Amino acid sequence: MNKNEKVAYLKEKAKELRKTALTMIHTAQSGHPGGSLSAADFMAALYFDELNIRPEEPKWPERDRFVLSKGHVCPILYSSLALREYFPYETIYTLRKQGSILQGHPDMKVCPGVDISTGSLGQGLSTAVGMALAGKRDRKDYRVFCVVGDGECQEGQIWEAVMSAVKYQLDNLTIFVDNNNLQNDNSCDVVMPTGDLKAKFEAFGCNSRRINGHKMEEIVEALDDLRDMNDGRPKVIVGNTVKGKGVSFMENVVMWHGVAPDKEQFAQAMSEVEAM
Amino acid sequence: MEGKATRDAYGEEILALGRENKSIYVVDADIGKSCKTVPFSQELPEQHVNVGIAEQNAAGVAAGLATCGKVPFVTTYAVFGSMRMSEQIRQEVCYPKLNVKIACSHGGFTPANDGASHQGIEDMGVMRSIPNMTVIMPADYYAARKLVRKSAEYTGPVYLRFTRDPIPFVYDESVELEIGKAHMIRDGIDVAIIANGDIMSRAVKAAEELEKKGISVRLLDMHTIKPLDEEAVLSCIEEIGRIVTVEDHSILNGLGSAVCEMTAEKGKGRVTRIGIRDQFGESAPYDYLLEKNGITVENIIFSAEELLKN
Ligand SMILES: Cc1ncc(C[n+]2csc(CCOP(=O)(O)OP(=O)(O)O)c2C)c(N)n1
Ligand SMILES: [Mg+2]
Repeated sequence: MNKNEKVAYLKEKAKELRKTALTMIHTAQSGHPGGSLSAADFMAALYFDELNIRPEEPKWPERDRFVLSKGHVCPILYSSLALREYFPYETIYTLRKQGSILQGHPDMKVCPGVDISTGSLGQGLSTAVGMALAGKRDRKDYRVFCVVGDGECQEGQIWEAVMSAVKYQLDNLTIFVDNNNLQNDNSCDVVMPTGDLKAKFEAFGCNSRRINGHKMEEIVEALDDLRDMNDGRPKVIVGNTVKGKGVSFMENVVMWHGVAPDKEQFAQAMSEVEAM
Repeated sequence: MEGKATRDAYGEEILALGRENKSIYVVDADIGKSCKTVPFSQELPEQHVNVGIAEQNAAGVAAGLATCGKVPFVTTYAVFGSMRMSEQIRQEVCYPKLNVKIACSHGGFTPANDGASHQGIEDMGVMRSIPNMTVIMPADYYAARKLVRKSAEYTGPVYLRFTRDPIPFVYDESVELEIGKAHMIRDGIDVAIIANGDIMSRAVKAAEELEKKGISVRLLDMHTIKPLDEEAVLSCIEEIGRIVTVEDHSILNGLGSAVCEMTAEKGKGRVTRIGIRDQFGESAPYDYLLEKNGITVENIIFSAEELLKN
């Protein structure tokens, strides 16, 4: 695949991810659509191109690791895993149901492909640091990718984790910041301004860049660029994103953080995503 | 079911308190919407702080506010309010015995389909271990309104636990409750049921069923597990001797443990604890989660009858 073909392919995959996540949340009538949709493009690039993984062997020791630090958007992770056939696609209809491997927040004990259980914000990045550190100590080539929310960056533990990643020169760690500027109660600017996150990660010693988190070309370029830049600095991609991206009535609307679409809303959402 | 979530009671009462007393503050950590403090933040912005998703900071900021005469209610979910900020509460709230309240929604299994990460099942136990802390879970909407007010009137650290989802009313507006005093819902002589929180309606039902079978039940609402109403527990031990405890909380370190500690030290009385069997929850219906742990009307009845057998 040349670059243009790859971008076109990944855009299609991002659409499928969005539709799967929406279907899941609609079926469950519970879950977090906004932040799932804002992370969809980056997740597509990871799961359909960048990650070196074996869905048929989820615990393959050499695999790249993935940590969804903002665990509430697990529908987008579960969609990626479903479409990569970690489990049968129909499993998506069991989200948040009794006995399901698709728990309300990711559970590594029951869901293949989930490398760590998350759901309490601010903690996932530290576990990603642990995985990356083990990789360095064991002289392994695997890499670790971690998605954090911008609201999540208000947790002090995020910055404790970043300091350790810098200290241990974890250039095998890539952090994607889903900078949609919304959180639970309101916009980040109103709740607790996070400032220029790219500059903050840089100030801590990371190799940090800002891209449009919905432009597949830019995502692919950033990942291409960073892949061989192994100078000891942890890598950070701050993506300018839109919460609810792809569904007009969800875009940039705080309420859609954790509310499920009803039947009509769901139908409209699906057709809008299809037309993206 | 006629009922209401106790997080709603909190939202309403804290607004009323804030209107009356300008020292009442709410310190939110980005889940004000889910914890019902939005009306407070809109009407009383000068008494409101939102520190964002930064619970440890919330506890510390509240401690600082308290040193300046404010009465801050740190508002979050039970898991975060008891454990994410646990050491901050110990060091900066309980040790200096500051007038900070930790008000938490999503107690026990009430955030049922969110799964284990959001179900605070050990929170009251954690909080009970810290000196100077008062630990409360109201049994319904009316009790919650009363106990939020009592907490504001009391000077010192209080941990309050509310439900995410509606629970049945067991009281009405006229109910009078005191922190640290068990509320006797009914008196009896054969078995004592000591319960608190969202499962109270189940305990009431069990007591009624037992009465029908000719078993006389004393039912206590032990909304405050610390300080425990030792007098009330003692009279259950002395006068009845058979006690079933019921809670939507781990059987470790909560109400059941507190009652067992007393009976063990007395060397008298027998207790059966009904509660979460030292295991995590999962995404599932609330009723299923309770059933899986034997927190049911049937099991309360069964446990009472077993105690009566010997
Ligand atoms: C420690 C912790 N505090 C609070 C919450 C409740 N919560 C869930 S999602 C959320 C907002 C997250 O905002 P952000 O990180 O920006 O995520 P996104 O906008 O991508 O959904 C909050 C406060 C939590 N899960 N964990
Ligand atoms: Mg955000």
